[in-house]
Amino acid sequence: MKPLRDYYRVVRRDALLTVCALFLLLVLLVSFVGIYFTGYTYDQISDASLLPPSSHHWFGTDSNGHDLLTRTLFGARISLFVAAVGTLVSLTIGVTYGMISGYVGGRVDNIMMRLVEIIYSLPTLVLVIVLVTTLDRPVANLLKDLGWTAVNPRLVLIVGFLGLTEWLTMARIIRGQVLVLKQQPFVQASLALGQSHTQILWRHLFPNLLGIIIVYLTLTIPAIMLDESFMSFLHVGLQPPLASWGTLVSDAAFLINPIKLYWWMLIFPGGLMTLTLLALNFLGDGLRDALDPRVRK
Amino acid sequence: MSAIILRRLLQAIPVLFIVVTLTFLLVRSAPGNPFSTEKKIPPEIMEQLEKQYNLHGSIWSQYGQYLWKVAHGDLSLSTQYRNRSVNEIIAQTLPVSMTLGSLAYFLALLFGITFGAWAAVRHNRAGDRAIMLVALLGISIPTFVIAPVLVMIFALWFRVLPAYGWGSPDQILLPAVCLSIPFAAAIARLTRGSLLEVLKLDFIRTARAKGLSEDAVLFRHALKVAILPIIGYSGPAVAGILTGSIVIETLFGIPGIGPFFVNSALNFDPFMTSGVVIVFSLFLILFNLLADILYFVVDRRVKLE
Repeated sequence: MKPLRDYYRVVRRDALLTVCALFLLLVLLVSFVGIYFTGYTYDQISDASLLPPSSHHWFGTDSNGHDLLTRTLFGARISLFVAAVGTLVSLTIGVTYGMISGYVGGRVDNIMMRLVEIIYSLPTLVLVIVLVTTLDRPVANLLKDLGWTAVNPRLVLIVGFLGLTEWLTMARIIRGQVLVLKQQPFVQASLALGQSHTQILWRHLFPNLLGIIIVYLTLTIPAIMLDESFMSFLHVGLQPPLASWGTLVSDAAFLINPIKLYWWMLIFPGGLMTLTLLALNFLGDGLRDALDPRVRK
Repeated sequence: MSAIILRRLLQAIPVLFIVVTLTFLLVRSAPGNPFSTEKKIPPEIMEQLEKQYNLHGSIWSQYGQYLWKVAHGDLSLSTQYRNRSVNEIIAQTLPVSMTLGSLAYFLALLFGITFGAWAAVRHNRAGDRAIMLVALLGISIPTFVIAPVLVMIFALWFRVLPAYGWGSPDQILLPAVCLSIPFAAAIARLTRGSLLEVLKLDFIRTARAKGLSEDAVLFRHALKVAILPIIGYSGPAVAGILTGSIVIETLFGIPGIGPFFVNSALNFDPFMTSGVVIVFSLFLILFNLLADILYFVVDRRVKLE
């Protein structure tokens, strides 16, 4: 696919972007494969609690005696999973919404964009907290009835609702692009040839939007990751036995006291999370500057 | 213009109505009981409690009664903080959150615009690169990571600032700085980008041709125009500060509205949760309207719709 090739080309040309991409690949690799080689499991409790980093526990241990390296990698996996699936949800909604709004135009476009503005002016994360805490048990019961006991209700709710809140920017940008694209002669030509609107949207407009979609995809992932960890930090997000970077930092932050510093509990998960977000933002920014036709250089 | 403002205000009513309805019905139909935190309440007492808090009868009649009260400005009693009304709690905590939030926003504007403008002036030089790198870091680092780190450094290591509490100026400083960091970073990036665009425009060339000093060109002409996107960003920024302050208040033990909201959501307190959601939504809707009006007043090319 051409957009993916462009993506690759831009990243290769820039040393900094290459480093970011390689770092992200490394995080993925270590958290999905390396986690099995730490010598511990993520839920393995021991008496060795709150130990500083050593050759046995590279990242130290937490208050339950978990190996923090294993916990951090496990948290990485959950955080990355939530961000990836949440982004896919928001992407689907944002692209569909934006394409319809831009393509239909006129009154429909007006109403649809007004709705986006209204949602923009609401405290969406606060609403998500209400939704997740109240729907937790009903969804758990529903999943039990369906026999899907392996599925964590919290995870489903968080991924779903964060996806439902982070599509606004994508919808606006896609709409703007479609407004320009639909004036192009090839759209008129396809219409004259008797193609349906769905065909035009899907076969002609969508491929032209792919580049921009990939750029904003890269920027939505860190946004959702941040939202999830924010909620988990406040104990209204993911709950034990699941752990994300947010819950790990939360464990550390509420242990802070003037007598003893458990710095490793904060620095390792928090640091890895910050680096991951930084790499994603760098990539997104670099790609947007290079590929987004609306950004003038 | 006043007709447009009135229309926007009227539009806010259905939005608020939907938000209130959604929140109240959700919290009330959730299986958790607002009184279940207490151990085994006898049924008679439970009944009495439910009566006292208007939680008996069908959910629709409860909802109707609640809506009637809200329309009259009464947000009911909190089920979690017994015998205290939601109005009272909000009246007590909101000023604290407002103080913290406005100070954080002020710091974000001050540092964001200063460093952003400085970076634009030194476009593509070392200073610009450094500022943009720090700004991206500021956007990437979560508030709840930087805040404990700064607490460790300034409160526990150097012991120059208190780690906890609220009231004295030195207790406000650290939380306000932590809260402002991502927004200062975002504003710096916006200012730089916008100023770089503005500095290319014709009227800047005219100003320079008139023989004005670079400082005069920058401060009297360019920045005035370059500031526009920052007004546009003020809506999202204030929404972000609002949610960000929940974390900061929880971490620093500040008696703001944030911790009350989180506790009420976790304990199925229908009135407190709905009350906070109403106050937050109303505040944001009004603030966005204000920002739009300001944008219109500053930039006459924009039509207020």
